[in-house]
Amino acid sequence: MAKMKVDFDACKGCGLCATACPKKIVSIQHDKLNKKGYYTAVCIDNDACIGCALCAVMCPDCAITVKNGGVD
Amino acid sequence: MERNLMKGNEALAEAAIRAGCKCFFGYPITPQTEISAYMAKRMPKVGGVFLQAESEIAAINMVYGCASSGIRCMTSSSSPGISLKSEGVSYIAGSDLPCVIINVMRGGPGLGGIQPSQSDYWQATRALGHGDFQVLVYAPSSVQEMADYVTKAFDMADKFRMPALILADGLLGQMMEPVTFADGEIKMSDASGKPWATCGHGNKRPHNIINSLYLQAEELEQHNIERFKRYELVKAECPEAESYLTDDADIVVAAYGSTARLARSAVDTARSRGIKAGLVRPITLWPFPDKQIKAACANAKRVLVTEMSMGQMVDDIKLAIECRLPVSFFGRTGGVIPKPSEILAQIVTLDEELKGE
Amino acid sequence: MPDFTKPHALTDVPFHYCPGCTHGIVHRLVAEVIDEMEIEGDTIGICPVGCSVMAYDYFNCDMIEAAHGRAPAVATGVKRANPDKFVFTYQGDGDLAAIGTAETIHAATRGENITVIFINNTTYGMTGGQMAPTTLPGQVTQTTPYGRNTNVEGFPVKVCEILSQISGVALAERVTVTDPANIRKAKAAIRKGFEFQKNKQGFSLIEVLSTCPTNWGKSPVESLEWLKENMIPYYPLGVYKEGAVR
Repeated sequence: MAKMKVDFDACKGCGLCATACPKKIVSIQHDKLNKKGYYTAVCIDNDACIGCALCAVMCPDCAITVKNGGVD
Repeated sequence: MERNLMKGNEALAEAAIRAGCKCFFGYPITPQTEISAYMAKRMPKVGGVFLQAESEIAAINMVYGCASSGIRCMTSSSSPGISLKSEGVSYIAGSDLPCVIINVMRGGPGLGGIQPSQSDYWQATRALGHGDFQVLVYAPSSVQEMADYVTKAFDMADKFRMPALILADGLLGQMMEPVTFADGEIKMSDASGKPWATCGHGNKRPHNIINSLYLQAEELEQHNIERFKRYELVKAECPEAESYLTDDADIVVAAYGSTARLARSAVDTARSRGIKAGLVRPITLWPFPDKQIKAACANAKRVLVTEMSMGQMVDDIKLAIECRLPVSFFGRTGGVIPKPSEILAQIVTLDEELKGE
Repeated sequence: MPDFTKPHALTDVPFHYCPGCTHGIVHRLVAEVIDEMEIEGDTIGICPVGCSVMAYDYFNCDMIEAAHGRAPAVATGVKRANPDKFVFTYQGDGDLAAIGTAETIHAATRGENITVIFINNTTYGMTGGQMAPTTLPGQVTQTTPYGRNTNVEGFPVKVCEILSQISGVALAERVTVTDPANIRKAKAAIRKGFEFQKNKQGFSLIEVLSTCPTNWGKSPVESLEWLKENMIPYYPLGVYKEGAVR
């Protein structure tokens, strides 16, 4: 189940999230530009996501949220 | 009412505390140092804050921060130090914050001298920083007025959300006179009545922002227009001047601050010699008391402006009387104090001119 | 694991920063600390002049915009009048270590009970990449087009090293945000600064080595590498001074 979600219009496609992902499943898609004119980050393998949120920790634009069911 | 014999600088400082000035941020410079020294001694005893800053620039920015949080606060300096403060004054005005600034003027330009002067009139009334703004300027003329007008300056600054300046000089700061203060307990100001203050929102309101940056030109223009609308209210309410023997005066002397005291003495001597002389004394320098000046000069034939400068107030007097009368000027500068006899000599010359007409 | 969402102490206004600029990470860390300490309602932030000039739109606490370099003086004014509130400044290298050197040093010497977040990215970002007080020797900027020549432009200012000599400083720590592990350390340092402030223990400054991809002429990811290879050797990470002044 997908845990990380990228806010399509908030993302600036900087790619810092991808450097932090331990599963190497975050990358920048080159199909669709957002309102600001950036290609954005996506999770390319939702099932592999472990919800560690390191992508979100690295994101300079608070564009990534990670849902783990809110349980510590 | 308490009656005390005090220096002008000390009377001003005591009055500021009684007006609820909780924080004073200073930096040493002659001839205003008594204000800082007084505050240093008194503030800790009344629950206020005295802090000696590392520079005039820091001091005015401490005022900016303190005023942002809605607290009555003040800084004082003398001419060269006021130049350093002008950056901060512009930010304070641009952010629509109230505060009180004291300039105990000395001779300039540059490092100038340390003797009394009135050579910062243009700076005070025209250019106390960059951008479209004004500050309220009060020019007291006695130790009692040093106290009274600092109180008024705090009230008006709060009312109109703008900086107010007391433009004094070394003479007023250093001289001793009796002064009375209104009775009542000292109560330090807080942010009540200032919903705009950045004092922590307490999770009770949206966050407040104190700022003078507007990157959209139209937005900045609108803020400036609104500020100048407020200045119109200030112009309607605040102008003050004192007239002395002007009703029948042929010759009206215009002077402010300590020079007005010297001019008054010259006017008295002139009267004793049968010369119809009078005195008009602007108390607010911005807004300039145009109406009061015009009324005081209604029956005059000549106007003599006298200042401790090269004649910085002359144009304002001409504008106030709509250039209807010949205006002459006599001043001493660089820290030289004009003698009443020198002013009298000017009055006599004008009187002879009139007789010759 | 907990959910990861934008902290409450940040508003919904999107950051204007360039892609990959690490200002956004540091903003979030400060906001997370404010959230965790539950002090948003008691906090006043002071913004600088520079890229983070508009931080007042991003933080949900009360905010003040200061003149260039004057934030520590403005913070002093707020703090002296409101000693029980939390006051932080957020400043860049030009603001803090060039035009605002006096304000920084003297707020530190007074042991002013404030927390300073200092972004060191070796350049004046907002004005287009001129030499900063922290520009490295040999580094090319708009105003050092042949590289910073220490015979001409002198040497970089090492802020934490200077502050470590000042008695009023409770915390001077240099961190970076190049990866999650360092981001965790950066946040811990910021938290420590606010805790010192809470306990009225003196001046705290957290220097964050940051990137400026746009003016460095590098991609965001390359910028992280450049920071690690060039900045960290010159500006070693770590605690330079720690301990209550009062």
